[in-house]
Amino acid sequence: MSYIIEGATGPWELVIGLEVHAQIVSNAKLFSGASAEYGAEPNSQVSFIDAGFPGMLPVINRACVAQAVRTGLGLQAEINLVSRFDRKNYFYADLPQGYQISQFAHPIVGKGVVEILLESGETRHIGVTRLHLEQDAGKSLHDQDPALSFIDLNRAGVALMEIVSEPDMRTPEEAGAYLRKLRTIMRYLGTCDGNMEEGSMRADVNVSVRKAGEEFRTRCEIKNVNSVRFVMHAIEAEAQRQVAVWESGQVVRQETRLYDPARGETRSMRSKEDAHDYRYFPDPDLLPLVIDQAWVDGLFAALPELPDAKKARFMSAYGLPSYDAGVLVMEQATADFYEAVAQGRDGKIAANWMLGDFFAGLNRMGRSIADSPVSAEGLGGLLDLLADATINGRIAKEVMEAMMETGESAGAIVEAKGLRQVTDTGAIDAAVDSVLAANPDKLAEYKAGKEKLFGFFVGQVMKAMAGKGNPALVNDAIRKKL
Amino acid sequence: MTLELTIAGARDALRAKTLSARELTDAHLAAIEQLDPQLNAFITVTADAARAQADAADAAIGRGEGGPLTGIPIAIKDLFCTKGVRTTAASRILEPFIPPYESTVTSQLLRDGAVFLGKTNLDEFAMGSSTMTSAFGPTINPWQRTGDDTRLVPGGSSGGSAAAVAAGMALGSTGTDTGGSIRQPASFCGIVGMKPTYGRCSRFGVVAFASSLDQPGPFARTVEDTAILLGSMAGHDPKDSTSMDRPVPDFAAACRRGVRGLRIGVPREYRADGMPAEIERLWQQGLDWLRDAGAEIVDVSLPHTKYGLATYYIVAPAEASSNLARYDGVRFGLRVPANDLTDLYEGTRAAGFGAEVRRRILIGTYVLSAGYYDAYYLKAQKVRALILKDFTDAFGRVDALLTPTAPSAAFGLGENMDDPLKMYLNDVFTVPANIAGVPGISVPAGLDADGLPLGLQVISRHFDEETVFAVGQVLEDAAGFTAKPAIRAKVLS
Repeated sequence: MSYIIEGATGPWELVIGLEVHAQIVSNAKLFSGASAEYGAEPNSQVSFIDAGFPGMLPVINRACVAQAVRTGLGLQAEINLVSRFDRKNYFYADLPQGYQISQFAHPIVGKGVVEILLESGETRHIGVTRLHLEQDAGKSLHDQDPALSFIDLNRAGVALMEIVSEPDMRTPEEAGAYLRKLRTIMRYLGTCDGNMEEGSMRADVNVSVRKAGEEFRTRCEIKNVNSVRFVMHAIEAEAQRQVAVWESGQVVRQETRLYDPARGETRSMRSKEDAHDYRYFPDPDLLPLVIDQAWVDGLFAALPELPDAKKARFMSAYGLPSYDAGVLVMEQATADFYEAVAQGRDGKIAANWMLGDFFAGLNRMGRSIADSPVSAEGLGGLLDLLADATINGRIAKEVMEAMMETGESAGAIVEAKGLRQVTDTGAIDAAVDSVLAANPDKLAEYKAGKEKLFGFFVGQVMKAMAGKGNPALVNDAIRKKL
Repeated sequence: MTLELTIAGARDALRAKTLSARELTDAHLAAIEQLDPQLNAFITVTADAARAQADAADAAIGRGEGGPLTGIPIAIKDLFCTKGVRTTAASRILEPFIPPYESTVTSQLLRDGAVFLGKTNLDEFAMGSSTMTSAFGPTINPWQRTGDDTRLVPGGSSGGSAAAVAAGMALGSTGTDTGGSIRQPASFCGIVGMKPTYGRCSRFGVVAFASSLDQPGPFARTVEDTAILLGSMAGHDPKDSTSMDRPVPDFAAACRRGVRGLRIGVPREYRADGMPAEIERLWQQGLDWLRDAGAEIVDVSLPHTKYGLATYYIVAPAEASSNLARYDGVRFGLRVPANDLTDLYEGTRAAGFGAEVRRRILIGTYVLSAGYYDAYYLKAQKVRALILKDFTDAFGRVDALLTPTAPSAAFGLGENMDDPLKMYLNDVFTVPANIAGVPGISVPAGLDADGLPLGLQVISRHFDEETVFAVGQVLEDAAGFTAKPAIRAKVLS
């Protein structure tokens, strides 16, 4: 499972750390009462505070603090009862105050951990260094006028959580799994919608390469990558570039780079030498943020069941293997759907059907759990017909397809199409007789010892019965006649 | 006669209907019309709005309604945002700025019925001790030396507010005090100026200079009048996170408490080298008055006082450089058109900011920069903690401190302008109270040999404004300061 780049001078290992910016789900911005909703008309959600007007002062939004604490609890992290806001001073047109208010020195959340599941079924623990609160900047629009840039301050002041990982990841797959897991946890908590297309979750990726057993080498930061896939691609491209630089006898410079998905390469944005001097100092407009343990305990008690706990419960309650349980808990809607199907039924069979034909059907139709044509109740109905032997497995696949297309119940489809399986031994015997009579040569070969032909006879009988024969009874009947 | 009134006296006259708010306001507007061309205390006079407010006040009084300040004409430092009225901070960069919102302090004054005469001059963004840095020209002190027509500064930064009250153009006014910007001009203009505890008055809607030091406060001609004004200005504001949620005491009542049994501290470090003998004498006189009134005088030490000014001139510019970053020509105020963003910033800020503001932005940017942060800003924060501890220790032994307000009387216009360090020394006695966040008042206590007013400063514990007023009132009563600037004779006759 190790991801190694084989260079001319031998194998190279990757070291990856991520800084994820997650927009907090809240009604208002971090320091003003303005709405934080996505997609509004430019500059329609801007208070005088967000626009940095003279005399305006920030006031912390308690709801955003609660969301950060809940996220920290979801990452099994230390919650700091005293944290502090600093000003990070730098000039940019879409930063209305001329500084960003951010928790630089004393974050609200300290060390935590995220458990990830790899394709191989292996789990790994990725360390979280910190989570801090900060305000977002506005957005410059360069495509509205040939000569002018316009500024949309709707995002300015929106609450972000910056979640910084330890440099614990070694493969692009781990980075992808970490991002997905982070998103899953935040979606369960309702603290971030994780929508990377709308920019409510963005990642800065730190990558370096080294020879086995070495100290860390110089890292580069790839800014603002906006999909899991691009994060994985950017890591690959950047690692390859760094290996090439080292192996050509040059030195990797610490710098900020951008990933260009069209060309599949990273490009230099600015080097450390001309990096900003951000000039931090404690924001004199805000007192230190002090929360009490009882409040944190209350938030903890009210947390929903999180994916890891749910996975463990699925494994023990429904007897699922780790990987299947892991996939089912990835999205809360999937997990809820599964539980509704599995309730009072065989959990393993329910999981097999969901992860198999049901997901395949949704994929084919480009639909998700949320707009599935088949409800959990509907899928359960199908499993019930299977369980009470009204239909067999093969027919069930056919019924499932029809359910996906029509949205009708399994029972209705089985009745309408006459798909009940045949358990009448007379009918089965008759079918067996006619198949044997029609294939004397195969019968002779079987009798001469070619026992593999048993399956051929079963197939022929099922075919003659239009697939509706009860498989166990068909097997019995053939064995008896032979 | 009308212009001789105190706020308390005017309030009584208005209630007794021996005087109408309209008459009171008109008298002050007439005084402004007559004197302000010489004094330049106002940047903007809002005569029409003032008359309308006065008429509304008369109507309210007629109905038997009205708040603590109904019909009282006051002036507002042009650093407080006033809805619909130009707010410049005495800077070109805000020259065209009309706020669509009202500061909390001014909205409370309006709530209590005050009549706003206009917006007063100040040092640009409150950076200065003379109003010489105002983009609208300096304010002239109504006082002059005996037999000498040299034009003098009113002190700063709230020099316009102090001069307006001293000259009888307003009954009271608002100021802000970051390093002495209320107390020093009060001393220079022979009136009372009061800086409350940091967090007592909301900073919401006050154009920020140095956020951890700025505090709004009142000017008036008597201690009781400043207490009345502060009662209206003070109070918790959820829109300012540093505003404290504490009840507002009856400050005016506290003026009558007296000082019997109080322990008054004399900080020995305030005996600065080269302090004029008459200021030294006045200080001793103040102590004698308090002793005679029943207070006990105690020597105390504030050992870190000598670092106060240095600390202030690191912290204040650091915060100012950050607070003034928003003036970029993008959203409001002045914009100098340019071809790219950097040129827009540079052109706008070069045209909009005066020399003193630029100097402090540069100092502040320097002391916050990565390589110097520890050496300057962090060190200053540590010293700040020590200065606060000095005060806490002293207030373990005494109830209030008495010091001179400023190291000199008002100086001539243009003096000290070539020497910023000398100018900064004006604030040497006032700055420590801002660093510690404690309340202080300046009360006129006598005249120097040239006939210019000198003030004494009383400082007390956090949120113990009541003791400040009580001590201030005793000084006022004992001093019997009745001198007036000659210029007032013109309007009073």
